[in-house]
Amino acid sequence: MNSHEPLLRIQNLDITFKPKAHAVRSLNLEIDKSQIHGLVGESGSGKSVTSTAVIGLLPEPPAKINSGQIIFKGRDILKLKQEEKRKLRGREIAMVFQEPSKYLNPSLKIGEQIREGLSLHLGMARKPALERAFELLSMVGLGESRRVLDSFPHELSGGMKQRAMIAMGIACNPSLLIADEPTTALDVTLQLQILELIYDLQNRLKMSILFISHDLNVVKQIADRVSVIYAGKIVESADKKAIFKNPLQPYTQLLLLSIPDPEKRGKPLKAIPGTVPDAEFIPSGCAFHTRCPYSKKICAEEMPLLKEYKTGHFAACHLLDGNTG
Amino acid sequence: MHLMMFIAKRFARLILTILLISTIIFFVIRIIPGDPAAVIAGIDATDADVAAIRAKIGTDKPIAVQYASWLKDIATFDFGNSMITGQSVTKQILRRFPITLTLATLGIILGMLIAIPIGVLSAVKRWSLIDYFGMFLSQLGMAIPSFWLGIILLLLFAVKIHLFPLFGIGSIKNFILPALSLGFARAAIILRLTRASMVEELSKEYIITARAKGLTERLVKYKHALKNALIPVVTVSGIQFGYMLGGAIIIEQVFSLPGLGRLFLTGIYQRDFTLIQGGVVFVALIFSLINFLVDILYSLLNPKIRIS
Ligand SMILES: Nc1ncnc2c1ncn2[C@@H]1O[C@H](COP(=O)(O)OP(=O)(O)OP(=O)(O)O)[C@@H](O)[C@H]1O
Ligand SMILES: [Mg+2]
Repeated sequence: MNSHEPLLRIQNLDITFKPKAHAVRSLNLEIDKSQIHGLVGESGSGKSVTSTAVIGLLPEPPAKINSGQIIFKGRDILKLKQEEKRKLRGREIAMVFQEPSKYLNPSLKIGEQIREGLSLHLGMARKPALERAFELLSMVGLGESRRVLDSFPHELSGGMKQRAMIAMGIACNPSLLIADEPTTALDVTLQLQILELIYDLQNRLKMSILFISHDLNVVKQIADRVSVIYAGKIVESADKKAIFKNPLQPYTQLLLLSIPDPEKRGKPLKAIPGTVPDAEFIPSGCAFHTRCPYSKKICAEEMPLLKEYKTGHFAACHLLDGNTG
Repeated sequence: MHLMMFIAKRFARLILTILLISTIIFFVIRIIPGDPAAVIAGIDATDADVAAIRAKIGTDKPIAVQYASWLKDIATFDFGNSMITGQSVTKQILRRFPITLTLATLGIILGMLIAIPIGVLSAVKRWSLIDYFGMFLSQLGMAIPSFWLGIILLLLFAVKIHLFPLFGIGSIKNFILPALSLGFARAAIILRLTRASMVEELSKEYIITARAKGLTERLVKYKHALKNALIPVVTVSGIQFGYMLGGAIIIEQVFSLPGLGRLFLTGIYQRDFTLIQGGVVFVALIFSLINFLVDILYSLLNPKIRIS
């Protein structure tokens, strides 16, 4: 792959859940410094499990990491001790979640929820940490008054809550921010505002962002690079332009056809036939072969590898290797 | 603003409850058999004697008149004079109440001190030794009647080992054993609630956020989860405290404490209508007042309630 060392490199990550759900299957993913990396996939494809593993919070059991590496700044997160992982969380790798109303503590003030991370990781005293919390709130557009600092989550609107959550995420200036569907729970106008905010913050702070979404439209607006995940495996990964202009893998192609295009209003969408396989019953070979219109014999038999077909454009598909039988 | 409205509403409810209870108790003691005039007069008295006494204590008047004067008494917080001894019921109650209040307060404090730490630890270390111990303790607390526990404690720690005094009200030591027997059953309920509440909070999404922030497990559990878990615990403990005043009346008998229990029991034996009425309304008033305060406390603890 690339000669330079990326900020995060996930290699052959394989995760199963208690009885036999195969949530993540030999997954490969690289995130460069200062890159917004969009991770796209349907519900249940393993996006959250992957990101939870990256931040070192996968509950084992029921989860079991069978193999793989998650190299962050040269260290394998999977080999770190609990305490080392804890020090990384919130400091080097931070996370923003989908539903701010559930993911914020209802009985702690916003200021306090931002402050505690600052005090813990940066050793800041209470007062300067609260000052810093206010600065952070200003950075996410909640700086017009100090009221937000002293508010409980339920006193804020949905959009404000998500902004506060983002302020919490960037508090210690992490190198990697994981945003797991940060706009899904919001209505469309708010979605756009939050996307813009994340985009602007990335420009200012130069952190890398793993932006998780099931919505290609959203990813199209924000990402530098896009990876498509299907049944726990990356099936295509390339720069945004390449993915949207020249998708190689049939699943990506169908996914692109199924997104509503604002310019072709009124035309019926082409939904991909069939449903995402259950993590307990993943088809043999290429997991997509049961829904793939070009499926060949080999597709049901052998798992395709993620290979570089053009510079920086990776895909996993037998058809690309000229297989016709 | 919202809080004031809330308090006003709860206060109106309190007044209504007291009115209802005073009405019920007024009629109930007059329906059940037993005539205070007969008690005062004694067995040898003639019908004329009894009638004279009735006239003196006022039970010869029509029910409606008696009821009206009773309502007037309540409105002025003067429960009248005892039909038997002629002493002011209010004064008698207020003289005895500190003993019962001390007992119940100490009881709820001991109960919470036992229950909350064990409940929290049980939730944090589920299916561990401490959890099983907690379950055993709460089973015990629910199964054992407090008066029986009181007798056992008394025999053990006052009669066999002279750790605590057998009777008297001179020092706090006199209250420890009765408070413990009273608080144990309450502790069982509080323990179960604490465990359940803590388990629930620990499974909520904001806990993931707290961990993702890199907080230590100690902060995650004892700051983030506990703060939310204690909200229902404090509320229920307050309500339990109200019940405890009732329970105290029985425990006072076991430990010969001259609290409200003794006073009311005497009143019941002697068919002392004014004393019984006054006692019941007083206990109801205290009980409602506690619930009223608990409601306010809950709304202060839980920022969500305050707004809605
Ligand atoms: N706690 C769990 N226990 C058992 N299986 C789990 C658990 N969490 C995830 N899985 C399995 O892992 C698969 C992937 O789940 P994941 O949450 O990563 O999906 P996702 O891509 O984030 O989906 P969504 O878009 O709905 O959030 C699920 O289909 C499920 O079978
Ligand atoms: Mg998810």
